Amino acid sequence: MTEAGVHARTGTEAAAVPSPAAAGIERPARRLRPRRRTVVLALRLLAAILVTVVFLFPIYWLAIMAFKTADEIFAYPPVWWPGSLNLSNFAVLFRDGDWETVRNSLVLATSSTAIAMVLGTFAAYALERFRIGGENLAVWIISQRMLPPVVIVFPIFLLYVALGWVDTFHGMIVLYVAFSLPYVIWMMRGYIHDIPIELEESAELDGCSRWQILWRVVFPMARTGLFATAVFTFVFVWNDFVFALVLTRTEVVTYTVQVTHYFGGQSNFWAKIAAMSMLGTLPVFFAVATLQRYFVRGLSMGAVKG
Amino acid sequence: MADLAIRALKKSYGATPAVRGVDLTIPAGEFAVLVGPSGCGKSTLLRTIAGLEEADGGSIEIGGRVATDLRPKDRDIAMVFQNYALYPYLTVFENVAFGLRARKLPDAEVRKRVGRAAEMLGLGPLLERYPRQLSGGQRQRVAIGRAIVRDARLFLFDEPLSNLDAQLRDEMRGELKRLHQELGKTFMYVTHDQTEAMTLADRIVVLKDGLIEQQGSPLDLYERPRTRFVAGFIGSPQMNFIPAEVAPGRGLRLSDGRELPLKAGRLAGIAPGAVLIGLRPTHIARAGAQPPATGVARLSVRADLIQPTGARAYVSFRLGGVETTTELEAREAPRLGEEFAVDLDLDRAVLIDPQTDRVI
Repeated sequence: MTEAGVHARTGTEAAAVPSPAAAGIERPARRLRPRRRTVVLALRLLAAILVTVVFLFPIYWLAIMAFKTADEIFAYPPVWWPGSLNLSNFAVLFRDGDWETVRNSLVLATSSTAIAMVLGTFAAYALERFRIGGENLAVWIISQRMLPPVVIVFPIFLLYVALGWVDTFHGMIVLYVAFSLPYVIWMMRGYIHDIPIELEESAELDGCSRWQILWRVVFPMARTGLFATAVFTFVFVWNDFVFALVLTRTEVVTYTVQVTHYFGGQSNFWAKIAAMSMLGTLPVFFAVATLQRYFVRGLSMGAVKG
Repeated sequence: MADLAIRALKKSYGATPAVRGVDLTIPAGEFAVLVGPSGCGKSTLLRTIAGLEEADGGSIEIGGRVATDLRPKDRDIAMVFQNYALYPYLTVFENVAFGLRARKLPDAEVRKRVGRAAEMLGLGPLLERYPRQLSGGQRQRVAIGRAIVRDARLFLFDEPLSNLDAQLRDEMRGELKRLHQELGKTFMYVTHDQTEAMTLADRIVVLKDGLIEQQGSPLDLYERPRTRFVAGFIGSPQMNFIPAEVAPGRGLRLSDGRELPLKAGRLAGIAPGAVLIGLRPTHIARAGAQPPATGVARLSVRADLIQPTGARAYVSFRLGGVETTTELEAREAPRLGEEFAVDLDLDRAVLIDPQTDRVI
């Protein structure tokens, strides 16, 4: 039952309880039910807090570690809250130039997402409205996404060596666009499918060209889907590790690869790992937080109708 | 002048023909209603006229201009869809203004036309609202508003009232009729509801299996149907079809042997054999004290089913082996199971050849 459903039912039950005088209900019976309800509510709250703590603790630990001094990181018993918010771990990242890997990730994720969204949305529209390739082409396209990246990364590496595209922005962008497109096409096809065709037909009769129909009807109608798909695509590229590990060297190293450099044979640079991980989390956090309204609606749209 | 002239129009979906050679001419200013059961091709015909479907053969002329190969926006038509087709992210004003903005009309002209349409349709207080804040009837008004601001030559309506509840449908029906009178434009309206067709139309076009079965004024189709299909489709409750035999010289004989006398000459030219008597429920009355007039057959029947509708009641009974219904004043209705006498007005009946389903 949904949260709302539970509340609604509880409310109905509460309203349905008649006054003891009117119904002749004995006092103990009357007192038991609200008490049981309170206990159930308290247990539920406790469970919710526990789950939240379990899920949030690693993030909390990572976040405070980024602000700890070296002594605090290795202190035993652990330091649960640092004495002062120490920014030196971040300063080191900027001083040593490590932050550039976050910039690289940002450039790759933003440009690949933008290109994949434009190409993918047009492709999805063509598949859905012009029935290009029938149902088979659409299924074939999404099937490309089911390949484990590690299976094809080495053939791609050989190809990229031959093309001279290893460790280049354009090489990585082409790769990420190619890998994001099936997902974008599949998702956008579902969202476009949900737009009543009459809206487009009506616009056509009103004098809109196909481009105007796209701008004035399809994109506004699919707005939530566009945002949700873009966020997912961005996160996919942002979090990629396998391709970046194999296909980058020094010029376009991404932050996910950079973090692994802090795990050494002799020791691990926990302060850098934590600070870099925080930097790496921020763009995704801001992207999701800013677009949350569309994101949640887009996800549920896909879930119900897609 | 004809506003719409269709010649030998054909449209198929793959191997399935939807419109199989339709010829139709609608004079300027007429309210034409395409009516027929689901799958008869009426919506396809409308969509082909609009240009939303490409014709496989034949021609379409709109306002004297061949429009068969024109794009929808160049056909000078406006269309109202069944599901309203409103843009949820635009206000009522912007929804109504959408077509005008697409055609890049000056802002002052857009405001003038939207204001006029809003006034006609009572949309004034709703202009800043969004479609989700409107009731079904208000949404349909906005959809109509979108069409009328366009000032098109031909207005197409694809079952625009079918999503509304019965009361609202009656109300909107009246408004549409009034709107047609005010605008004086040519309306083409698709519905499967024969009541809508009867009340709205100057001309009803009955479609069946992708062909025009019959067309004419509502009264013409009601009183002079040419086929069993039209006779059954037009009129509510439906016409009764009672099997009988033509008994030479004596009139008609029902399967239970009872004979129905006809006026002299009524059977002239009709060969002996099986016929169907098409008799509307309103042409079967409860017998009074007076003896029946010539051409009226009086029979005794037993009431099987009584459906009161308020002032009137539908009373069903078996006649000639089939369920037959009459429409009576509520106070005249018999009790269930009661034997009562009915007068069949055979002068108003149509006789149908059961082999061809055509009216004889």
